[in-house]
Amino acid sequence: MNYSTQEYSTQELMIVAAAREIRDEEIVFVGMRLPITAYGVARLTHAPNAVGLFECGIARYAPAGGMLYTMADPPNQLGAAWTTGLIQVMGQLQRGRVDAGFIGGAEIDRFGNINTSYVGGYATPQVKLPGSGGAADIAAMAKRLIAIMNHERRRLVEKVDYVTSPGYLDGGTSRRDAGLAGGPSAVVTDRAILRPHGPDNELHLATVHPGHSIDEIREHTGWDLKLMPDAGETPPPTKAELAALHTIDKDGFWR
Amino acid sequence: MKDKLVPLREAIAEQVRDGDSLVMGACLEPDIPFAATHEIIRQGKRDLDIIAPISDASTDMMIGAGCVAQITGAWCGNVSGGLGHNYRRAFEQGEPRSLKVRDHSNFSLGMALLAGAHGMPYVPMRSILGSDILRSNPAFRVAENPFSAGSEPIVLVPPLIPDVAILPVQRADRHGNSHHWGNSGLMQEAALAADRLILLADEIVDPAVIASDPGRVLFPGYLVTAVCHIPAASHPSPMTGCWRRDNAFFHDYHRQSRSREGFLAWLDEWVLSLPDHAAYRAKLGRQLDDLRIAGDAPSVVANYAAE
Repeated sequence: MNYSTQEYSTQELMIVAAAREIRDEEIVFVGMRLPITAYGVARLTHAPNAVGLFECGIARYAPAGGMLYTMADPPNQLGAAWTTGLIQVMGQLQRGRVDAGFIGGAEIDRFGNINTSYVGGYATPQVKLPGSGGAADIAAMAKRLIAIMNHERRRLVEKVDYVTSPGYLDGGTSRRDAGLAGGPSAVVTDRAILRPHGPDNELHLATVHPGHSIDEIREHTGWDLKLMPDAGETPPPTKAELAALHTIDKDGFWR
Repeated sequence: MKDKLVPLREAIAEQVRDGDSLVMGACLEPDIPFAATHEIIRQGKRDLDIIAPISDASTDMMIGAGCVAQITGAWCGNVSGGLGHNYRRAFEQGEPRSLKVRDHSNFSLGMALLAGAHGMPYVPMRSILGSDILRSNPAFRVAENPFSAGSEPIVLVPPLIPDVAILPVQRADRHGNSHHWGNSGLMQEAALAADRLILLADEIVDPAVIASDPGRVLFPGYLVTAVCHIPAASHPSPMTGCWRRDNAFFHDYHRQSRSREGFLAWLDEWVLSLPDHAAYRAKLGRQLDDLRIAGDAPSVVANYAAE
């Protein structure tokens, strides 16, 4: 690969890393902000036939042309492949047609369980977060889940207080035993990419973003983070990937 | 056919009762009936159960005004700003009153309204297995799929039959027949499930306009209880083909509602001191004019000729 020598921001690296998780011809729940930009980069580079789904009831081929504050803003309706209801779109998750989904979260644990509901447990919460939205559905029923997180010790925790969106639950076969297929395949942070590894499906360090160190990443992780056998560096964005990103992000929001 | 066109004040006074369950925000991010939110607050409705997948700032406003006893939903906050400050104050500190939350995911709420819409005793579902939503909301049951050869857990979702659904649409006639286009979230399920249905129409049109394209009708007019003519009823949320999202308004609300005092000042300025939605639109003035979609991207006509 021809790596760019151009400058890029951490967020641009995260977008490109997220884009690489989408394969051509896949059906993907893209969400907002960083993932929707990643979907656009994937479409313009290696995945020109990917399809994007939005839980409000929209399917799209090409990403929207105009600025989106939410996934149902007018530019996302114009030229959509389908405008319909929530059940028609989310039902495709249950039908087993959705290859991948992106979600963010306040807290993730070493088995990839995500909490966006209650800090301190639901009986006596210290903080009430907004809740699942469609995240629990995407985490339960997409074939692969890609989580986007800021890499902080208080966010990457040993065990979440409340499982909004199920990962590998208690590890091992517990997700399968609960009746769920799929599961997290990657956690893209601002420092690294983690992936499940081994029979426990525990999140391991897969690649380290350029400029970061293994020690620093372990220090900012709330469990004893192990390394994958082939752990290495996250490949920086290529010229083609950056060009695609700059085509979409004309105003430099992510720079 | 009955003439169902009434002022919003009358529709809310007659159709929304204290303690009712209300679907408000069934379309997710667009078409949130903020005009009804304001009128409910002005009329001091109490003990409401607000059913909505994502709710957005509409529910946060009603919580802060003391109208809400329970949230039945998947997400409650401010889509532009993140957390809903009134929601947090009510849940964490009981201010202005304590709040019960019945946790759902978007899909489980959809299944509950689907069951309600079609009179199903429950809907079997694969989602939220493994999620603590099953623990914090005791409404669900986990059972074995009776049709599976091996052991296969599934979730049983009981129906929701809301007392009232309030739905903005682009156009309606005086009898309650309407067209809606763009994504529809759970509007159709909410309309079919609810006992009473209030439409907020951006435009009132001749019945022939609606009848010319029955394929764009999400739910039939005979299910509608009241029609109100409220342009920009969903401001600051968008409406496909009519209004863009007023993102700055959501951010301003988020900033001002950070403290209880700030919220009460906001509420007085934008709701309590105004008599109705016409006054709200007049106060917005050019800010609202700038949000009107002026472009033209019409669909191609569909021919329904019979011979």
